[in-house]
Amino acid sequence: MASVVPLKEEKLLEVELGELPSWILMRDFTPSGIAGAFQRGYYRYYNEYVNVKRGSIARLSLVLAAYVVFNYRRSHKELKHERPRKYH
Amino acid sequence: MNENLFASFITPMMFGLPLVTLIVLFPSLLFPTSNRLVNNRLISLQQWMLQLVSKQMMSIHNTKGQTWALMLMSLILFIGSTNLLGLLPHSFTPTTQLSMNLGMAIPLWAGAVITGFRNKTKASLAHFLPQGTPTPLIPMLVIIETISLLIQPVALAVRLTANITAGHLLIHLIGGATLALMSINTTTALITFIILILLTVLEFAVAMIQAYVFTLLVSLYLHDNT
Repeated sequence: MASVVPLKEEKLLEVELGELPSWILMRDFTPSGIAGAFQRGYYRYYNEYVNVKRGSIARLSLVLAAYVVFNYRRSHKELKHERPRKYH
Repeated sequence: MNENLFASFITPMMFGLPLVTLIVLFPSLLFPTSNRLVNNRLISLQQWMLQLVSKQMMSIHNTKGQTWALMLMSLILFIGSTNLLGLLPHSFTPTTQLSMNLGMAIPLWAGAVITGFRNKTKASLAHFLPQGTPTPLIPMLVIIETISLLIQPVALAVRLTANITAGHLLIHLIGGATLALMSINTTTALITFIILILLTVLEFAVAMIQAYVFTLLVSLYLHDNT
């Protein structure tokens, strides 16, 4: 159960299941910590999808497809009534 | 169908949180900034396009008018990207809300007019009376010119709102009609074709921004620098 790397610096996918509660409690929940988490997430998106030397249309369409799916989930409740069913 | 037609124009909220802020900020994710001289493909393309547009638009102005270049370029980018993103299925277009367009139009127009009045008072006041009008017509013409000046921001905002909203509504309607006619065969092909053409024409929502910024630009030019 003990891991080689200290618990605080492990990424989420490498934390073992028994250690998960203590991992969650140990994360930095101060405002600057949360801002840091957003920044890290944004730079992961940026470096993988935007900052590529010879980007292609496929990457951009992936981002736009994710946007479409996000909007579909958001408006699912109203769209449910438009299905061609006998009983809605 | 009746309630659902306008349901896509409701401001999106999720659990009472204003999701609309995220949607308005989303186009900025697609325009990255960089400090390098030689950038990646995406940024190079955007820089090239921006240079093309700004050269074409700001060339008419003198030095004082060209200080507005940043503002106008960001305006055209924002409206263009928001309109184009609104063409994706199920997305929400912020520019369909009159509140937002008024919020963009009124401050910019007011800034141009006030700059004109402060720096060239006589010339700005002289705009209210075209040259060579016969004397009896003068009072009426001054009133008409004042009204046409005051209606400019409202026209800017309403033009943008009405165009984008009408386009989206037409797409909804014709798409719904196509679906309904799917069981009756021969007409569907024709109508699907009409949808295609309409979408392409609507993709000249980019031309809409052109109209917006250009009109704003012309007004700025006339008031500020003449």
